[in-house]
Amino acid sequence: MRLLLISLAALLLADAAAVADSTDPAAEARAFRDYFFRKFPNVKPDDFSNGPYALNEDMRRQWEEKEQFPPYEFSLEAGKELFAKPFANGKHYADCFPDQGIGIRQNYPQFDAKSRKVITLELALNQCREANGEKAISYTGEDMAALTAYMAFTSRGKPFDIRIPDDPRALEAYENGKRYFYTRRGQLNFSCATCHVQNPGERLRAEVLAPALGILNAMPIYRSEWGGMGTTSRRFISCNSQVRGVPLEAQSEEYRDLEYFLSYVSNGLPISGPGARP
Amino acid sequence: MTDSWKISLGSFGLLAAVCIGSAALAAGTEADFKQAYAAADAAEKEAGRLRNQWLATEAALADARKAAERSDFDRAVAAAREAEALAKASIFQATSEKEAWKNLEIR
Repeated sequence: MRLLLISLAALLLADAAAVADSTDPAAEARAFRDYFFRKFPNVKPDDFSNGPYALNEDMRRQWEEKEQFPPYEFSLEAGKELFAKPFANGKHYADCFPDQGIGIRQNYPQFDAKSRKVITLELALNQCREANGEKAISYTGEDMAALTAYMAFTSRGKPFDIRIPDDPRALEAYENGKRYFYTRRGQLNFSCATCHVQNPGERLRAEVLAPALGILNAMPIYRSEWGGMGTTSRRFISCNSQVRGVPLEAQSEEYRDLEYFLSYVSNGLPISGPGARP
Repeated sequence: MTDSWKISLGSFGLLAAVCIGSAALAAGTEADFKQAYAAADAAEKEAGRLRNQWLATEAALADARKAAERSDFDRAVAAAREAEALAKASIFQATSEKEAWKNLEIR
């Protein structure tokens, strides 16, 4: 009888632990960060926002030289102009955001209880356009990259501050994003984690893989491989294609939830975008 | 984690190779093509419902259509069967990953 009671208690504790594991994003984010801190003990926490440059000394030196005349500079200027240009109704992007849209990148994505979905900065920009009678712009295009580059630039150094409100739907979005991150997909049978958790710092052909921690802090990025700027949407689509999967549509629920999860686990790390990558 | 990844990738590759190898034995008529294409298309639609389609499946389906357009039904049937095998592998992946993803999670 005593053995039975002990077994039952153990089972109950195990169940409770499992539930707590899956419903405690703060603890999961700590474990996520600790994994990378242990894997790369010589990298300063904030430096994870600089992706592969935090892990490879040669690449870092080249990047530091490039940053004197950064390849995203034209996009940044274009973004500043686009941001200031009034809509046909006379209003601006600034009217749609807190603090006139300056220095707020670190607060996106957000969970919106009214629409019951994760609102990324890219989605918020298009919602702003549509609310003011303008057509939405492409999530993978140059204008979206330029606008988000400017908004990131005004937020540089501010730590990611992603909130998961006390709402089971927000928690579900976080959980869905986490599941997407770890799920293997594509003909190559890779998950996001295969490259960015198991193999950061290793080479995939000529590319040095970035750690998942801080990976979105540098978005949007100029990629030499692309010969131009790319949004977070473009990056997710590109990753899916690289593992030979058919990408989902830009700003699909899965991608927005993935961005929510990845941003949340990088809370506390500074915004470094716009970034430049090989 | 790395070893399990290798084993998983190896098993997966073997399964895909067996499926695709058997698909390569195909040959046939227009009717055979239509039947093979319908089966492949249905499997790919199921993979789409699971949000896990593969580029190679789409390419094989396109190959099958192009071959059928030029009345090369041997090639069309072979490509359609390859597409079906690939689509079924992507369905297997999506189904097994419903639980398997947890093995990669940082805790």
